[in-house]
Amino acid sequence: MSLRRRYFRDRLMQLLVYLGTLVVLLPLFFILYYVFVQGIGALNLEFFTREPAPPGEAGGGMLPAIVGSLVVDLLALFFAAVFGIAAGILLAEYPDHPLNPFLRLVSDVMAGLPAILMGLVAFVLVVKPMGHFSGLSGAVALALIMVPIITRATEGVLKLIPWEITEAGLALGLPRWRVISSLVLPAARGGILTGLMLALARGAGEAAPLLFTAFGNPFLTLNPLEPMDTLPLKLYVYAISPYEDWHRQAWGAALILAAAIMLANYLARRATRTGGQPR
Amino acid sequence: MNAPYRMETQNLSVYYGKHPGVQNVSLAVHDKKITALIGPSGCGKTTFLRALNRMHDLNPIVRVEGKVLLDGEDIYAPGVDPVAVRRRVGMVFQRPTPFPTMSIFENVVAGLRLVGIRDRRRLFEAAERALKMAALWDEVKDRLDKPAVGLSGGQQQRLSIARALAVEPEVLLMDEPTSALDPISTQAIEDLLTTLKESVTIVIVTHNMQQAARVSDYTAFFLDGELIEFDRTEKLFTNPKDTRTEAYITGRFG
Amino acid sequence: MPNWLYQRLGDRLFSLSIVILASGVIVAALLVFWVLYRGSQEAFATFGFWGFLTGSRWDAVRGMFGAWPPLLGTLITSAAALFLAFFPALATALFVVEFSGGRLREVVAYLIDLLAALPSVVYGLWGIFVLVPVVRAYVELPLFSWAAAHAPGLLPLLGPPTGIGLLSAILVLALMIVPYASALARDALALVPQSQREAMYALGATRWEVIRRVVIPYARAGIFSGVVLALARALGETMAVTMLIGNSVNLPYTLFGPAATMASLIANEFTEAEQDLHLSALIAVGFVLLLIALLTNLVATWILGRMSHGEGRK
Repeated sequence: MSLRRRYFRDRLMQLLVYLGTLVVLLPLFFILYYVFVQGIGALNLEFFTREPAPPGEAGGGMLPAIVGSLVVDLLALFFAAVFGIAAGILLAEYPDHPLNPFLRLVSDVMAGLPAILMGLVAFVLVVKPMGHFSGLSGAVALALIMVPIITRATEGVLKLIPWEITEAGLALGLPRWRVISSLVLPAARGGILTGLMLALARGAGEAAPLLFTAFGNPFLTLNPLEPMDTLPLKLYVYAISPYEDWHRQAWGAALILAAAIMLANYLARRATRTGGQPR
Repeated sequence: MNAPYRMETQNLSVYYGKHPGVQNVSLAVHDKKITALIGPSGCGKTTFLRALNRMHDLNPIVRVEGKVLLDGEDIYAPGVDPVAVRRRVGMVFQRPTPFPTMSIFENVVAGLRLVGIRDRRRLFEAAERALKMAALWDEVKDRLDKPAVGLSGGQQQRLSIARALAVEPEVLLMDEPTSALDPISTQAIEDLLTTLKESVTIVIVTHNMQQAARVSDYTAFFLDGELIEFDRTEKLFTNPKDTRTEAYITGRFG
Repeated sequence: MPNWLYQRLGDRLFSLSIVILASGVIVAALLVFWVLYRGSQEAFATFGFWGFLTGSRWDAVRGMFGAWPPLLGTLITSAAALFLAFFPALATALFVVEFSGGRLREVVAYLIDLLAALPSVVYGLWGIFVLVPVVRAYVELPLFSWAAAHAPGLLPLLGPPTGIGLLSAILVLALMIVPYASALARDALALVPQSQREAMYALGATRWEVIRRVVIPYARAGIFSGVVLALARALGETMAVTMLIGNSVNLPYTLFGPAATMASLIANEFTEAEQDLHLSALIAVGFVLLLIALLTNLVATWILGRMSHGEGRK
């Protein structure tokens, strides 16, 4: 095959790679553009401080959904952190424990399951016995999604901590559990926080598992035992509604979500770049 | 060959950004002879070697100045195709790099497939020839379709040599080819070099002076990016002209 | 208390609590399986497992629940989205690793990761108000008019050109899974040692030849796992698909017309379901979705095992 043909193919492939990249990046810019342009107009004081207006009426805000998002997501993060960090510690610090192969298998599988299934499980386990929807059941569903993320991040960062730190602690006469809790974990603090942040960002964007757990609530409430609204839920309901004003507010919610997630991603990248070094 | 030497550099300099890795080196590579490049770590010998087959093209921060003549023609002249150059000037690296998804046979003929040779018989003949030149044929002839990664380190390096030889280059560049190998494999490769030079001009970088003294016809001593001395190997080792050369080969630094 | 007791007790308590909590994770996973399994029993008892899977009518009013339409919808949308997404995903991964450097590389990688992190509802929102009108005006209507004039036999296959339906859902789904596949492929490509590339260049190869003959084969396991992860994501994707697919549970499908996937069906009907059988049928759909996700995982792990190559003895 002649050199010219080979170079032609080389150039052609290069062009295809560039085109393929463009095909992917262009819609992204479109999405960000629309979210920003359409959303910025909706983010006024009313949006952040008022409850929704009755259907068809203009005005009103998303206060319940914003507060609800915070409550449900943070509650879910708490549940997930307790179990997920422990699982990460087991995998990293006790690598020979017989539970580990199952734990790893289970964690990997759960990471890939559709989110809506977690909503079904939380419905059966929490909503049915309680007899009504609740922020708590939503938090349970989200926690199931968050746990694998936290486990993976915790295990990853703990494994990066050099063995010398553990050695030094043991040499000082500290028991194993003190070494882990007072030396290793604090050293891994940055990575674990990053994992928590990423899990939170993931949970904050989910709507499917909340459709029949948290369910939504037009009124502001801080009580997780009541149904609660979240931003993604509200976004969905408003987006498929026939009301123009609700569409406008949906873009506002989208802007908040997109901005929060961009921030979380950016911080996570910063942290992994500088935090890879052992302290 | 029309030119006096198979390869020749004229005022060759290589810059990593601002920093000069090789400065103003003019050196001749004699046809069908082994030329060794020696010197302490960081002296520029590998940088120099890689300029001979335009490997620095792959690194955007590297700048090459001066001329490198292959059969009298500058390979850095505008319009010269680096892909064509690399076919005529092959390279073997410090660590053996078999392509892990390919069999032994496929590894050896990888370069031939690039130019579109598909005829099974031609490929097989070329592979046999190359593997014999690399002194590996007897050990692998019955398992050519087995994965290349199943070979030992020394065998993998000879496979890399066979792979480079299969495309019939005029010059073979070797960058410390035995430094990652055990003494027996090292000996095997040094042995095959002496027969190899009958077919291919060889330029070899080595940090092992004794290897240079054993194997090469000509030796070039590099220090801090400059060519300090270049001479026939026996002369350079028994009667070096420069004090720095003498200091290096007597082990006073290195 | 004596020091040795402090140590032993502390260690015991600590490791015990860790183990208990970690087992909680395992228990939770088992619970997921168990709950979905139990919940589906009524539906499976009524229709039979295979009867349920192959039944082609989903009619809540008459109490008939056959999961074939949403199952088919999931399979079609996921396969089509994966087909559309594969080359762009590989292209972007190649762009980041092989065709760009420094700042540009970081920026593009960040943008791709951003795409992966955007919530499904945001994609859905954008889909409804931006993509659908475009698809309707520039793809469906022209095609429909052309078919009406020149190939009326195609019309039943195409369906009503409203913009909402299979086509838009597939397009958005493809867009959503590209970043996943791309990020994983990128990681795999970045792991290819530079020495492998150099060895191929040294034989006199062009950049594309190096990529095609050495880099991609070396990274094939990681690329494949990216594809599988993308498929898993597509199978379970709910919100954007629900917002764009039109939600009709009837066979046969048309390209432009409404359809349903297993996930969108659950999302749409669960809160409205009143009869126990309906609820059980929806949970059964969830269970089938779970089985498919697990199966995909299994097949992927098996193929990954066959694909990985050893590094050889050192």
